[in-house]
Amino acid sequence: MTKKIRLVTALLATGLFAHAHAADKFIIVQSTTSTQNSGLFDHLLPAFKAETGIEVRVVAVGTGQALKNAQNCDGDVVLVHAKAAEEKFVADGYGVKRIDVMYNDFVVVGPGNDPAGVAGSKEVVKSFKAIADKEALFASRGDDSGTHKKEQQLWKAANVDVKAASGKWYRETGSGIGATLNTGVGMGAYVLADRASWIAFGNKGNFKIAVEGDPTLFNQYGVIAVNPAKCPNVRTDLGNTFVNWLVSPKGQATIAAYKKNGDSLFFPNAGK
Amino acid sequence: MLKMNSDLALLAPAKPFSAHLPIQFEGVHLSFGKHLIFSSLNLEIGAQGITAIMGPNGAGKSLILRLLAGLLMPEQGSVRFNTLSRVPRDQIGFVFQRPVLLRRSVQDNLLHALAIAGVERGQRPFRADALLELGGMQHLAKSPARKLSGGEQQRLTLLRALAAKPGLLILDEPSASLDPQATALIENIVLRASQCGVKVIVVTHDQGQAARLSDEVMFVHKGRVHAIQATHEFLKTPASREAKAYLAGELLI
Amino acid sequence: MQDFSQAFVQAFTLIGQADPTLIDIIALSLQVTFTAVSIACLLGFPLGAALAIGRFPGRMAFVVFLNSLMGLPPVVVGLVIYLFLSAAGPLGFLQLLYTPTAMVIAQVVLVTPIVAALARQVIEDLYSEYDEMLRAMNASRIQTICTLIVDARYSLLTSALAGLGRALAEVGAVIIVGGNIANVTRVMTTTIALETSKGELALALGLGIILIVLSILINAGLFLLKNSAQKRAYA
Repeated sequence: MTKKIRLVTALLATGLFAHAHAADKFIIVQSTTSTQNSGLFDHLLPAFKAETGIEVRVVAVGTGQALKNAQNCDGDVVLVHAKAAEEKFVADGYGVKRIDVMYNDFVVVGPGNDPAGVAGSKEVVKSFKAIADKEALFASRGDDSGTHKKEQQLWKAANVDVKAASGKWYRETGSGIGATLNTGVGMGAYVLADRASWIAFGNKGNFKIAVEGDPTLFNQYGVIAVNPAKCPNVRTDLGNTFVNWLVSPKGQATIAAYKKNGDSLFFPNAGK
Repeated sequence: MLKMNSDLALLAPAKPFSAHLPIQFEGVHLSFGKHLIFSSLNLEIGAQGITAIMGPNGAGKSLILRLLAGLLMPEQGSVRFNTLSRVPRDQIGFVFQRPVLLRRSVQDNLLHALAIAGVERGQRPFRADALLELGGMQHLAKSPARKLSGGEQQRLTLLRALAAKPGLLILDEPSASLDPQATALIENIVLRASQCGVKVIVVTHDQGQAARLSDEVMFVHKGRVHAIQATHEFLKTPASREAKAYLAGELLI
Repeated sequence: MQDFSQAFVQAFTLIGQADPTLIDIIALSLQVTFTAVSIACLLGFPLGAALAIGRFPGRMAFVVFLNSLMGLPPVVVGLVIYLFLSAAGPLGFLQLLYTPTAMVIAQVVLVTPIVAALARQVIEDLYSEYDEMLRAMNASRIQTICTLIVDARYSLLTSALAGLGRALAEVGAVIIVGGNIANVTRVMTTTIALETSKGELALALGLGIILIVLSILINAGLFLLKNSAQKRAYA
């Protein structure tokens, strides 16, 4: 009996304090699933740690949730791609300052047989209208993310009321980019995705990029340090080190160097 | 009769019990659902060594035992142990008709009983060994208790009941399903306990057992005590008509 | 269909290579799960036993309530615990969010009702057998509970295994309170979720196969342990 008790206590001790061995210096970054799935962090963060010794712990959720978590003071830095929401975050006092880091673009991907006839188009608003008119299946993130917000702007510009079509040809998955792409490929629906996530996605099936190159599809990423005035527990110094590194020549070069299959996924543009 | 000294050490009541005798039922009412079993039952069990309770099935004998042991409470009336108003549960050992043993070894069953009785940890193995010796079961110490024969199991429950050195030992038809040899082993232990000062109350249908063990017999029928007599008298010339019919093996209504 | 055969290939490759990241992930999964289940048993067995022998007004309502807690949605539990452990929440000062400890807490909340409800049933059945005997021995409540737990130990092990299965397979709670952070709070199930979201279906399936095999090994190991213990107890 006592032997079992000792074994259990040992297990408890290791379990409860499993995180005690972690790095002394770390920050928590609230970021998005798109950025995570692209693989950027696997490339970027080891370089940062090698240089500064700071471990970056990324919590990847939808943009909406990332900003909400940061409002709750559950993060030290925010890295998302929804400029309007980011600026509101700072204006409301939760963030110190919003800084451009890098950009890429959105693309519309669709099934090989292109039911809406939009493949090869460089005009995204027109393509969206065509998809709506032909009632071709479209899978939306529907999760208040940067991608989702961009998508809603485009529908508005195309004068399409997607709320009315929700559940018919317009399918809202309420999920991250990966799950939405899986769903889209599974049902043969068009999806608006950031290029990086699409390039890194492993389940493309017969899907191809249908629409790209429209200036409206520009996708800007911003980084914000959480405001210590609102969040006394924030790791301000370490967080600032990260922010500064991202926009420094070294950080920017590291971002530019991240390629998959020879393609660049992100284009640094801090201070431009 | 042998090993008198070691028997005393093992079996003599931990606390003197004679002060709690006689046991009296006063106006005891007990019903089971709609059936009224006892209505204003009065009885007395004295300090006489071993009391046997006999009577046809359904007479309420087992219920009397449970009232004695504090396993049941009377709805009205009281069970008094001389000057005590409550049942001295910690000084009573009970042997049920069917043995209920823990899913452990024979030895562990006794150690468990000793632990519950509050025996000091260091003492427990010795007491358990002594009890096993009393029951002639040392070779079965490590066997799973539930794998024992019926007679061995019942003997074990008797040893267990004696583990706490009770002042009162209650047995409910302890050898009902046992062969003569197993019965003899049980009776031997009961006698030895009685000789060490333990008051014994036993329900039995076995007239031979009553003759071998008890000093007096209480005859119970339909929730009433019909007679209390010295055993040899009861068996030869029972005081009540019903008792006579019962002993003759006739159906009692 | 191609994914399935690829999945097996992936699974064997990962195991054969003894990929260090995978080893860390498996180790963390086991650590979190075993810790949570141990705590759940320490809490759940006595709770179940007390409920089995207790007689108080509203007892049946409590039993029904406990049984329904077995169906607590993991994602809801994760959300509630996040709200508690968040820096904006009442326990934020403990700084437990996004740590394995938070994951253990979430799983304890999920698994304890399962262990307690199953233990209650097992012990109640045993109690009906032992009740009179223990009362005749004048056993106290605590002594009764201890006796029942020890005697029911093999059936209780099965309750623990049910809890273990739930904890090992669960993803909804640990992903919210743990954050699925690489090298910190990433376990088997959250890794499978991540790889699925990256479209790496064969890899995700491969990890799933490893997880199932792990579960089988654990159950087999405990089964053998139990059998030899049962034999040794009665040499």
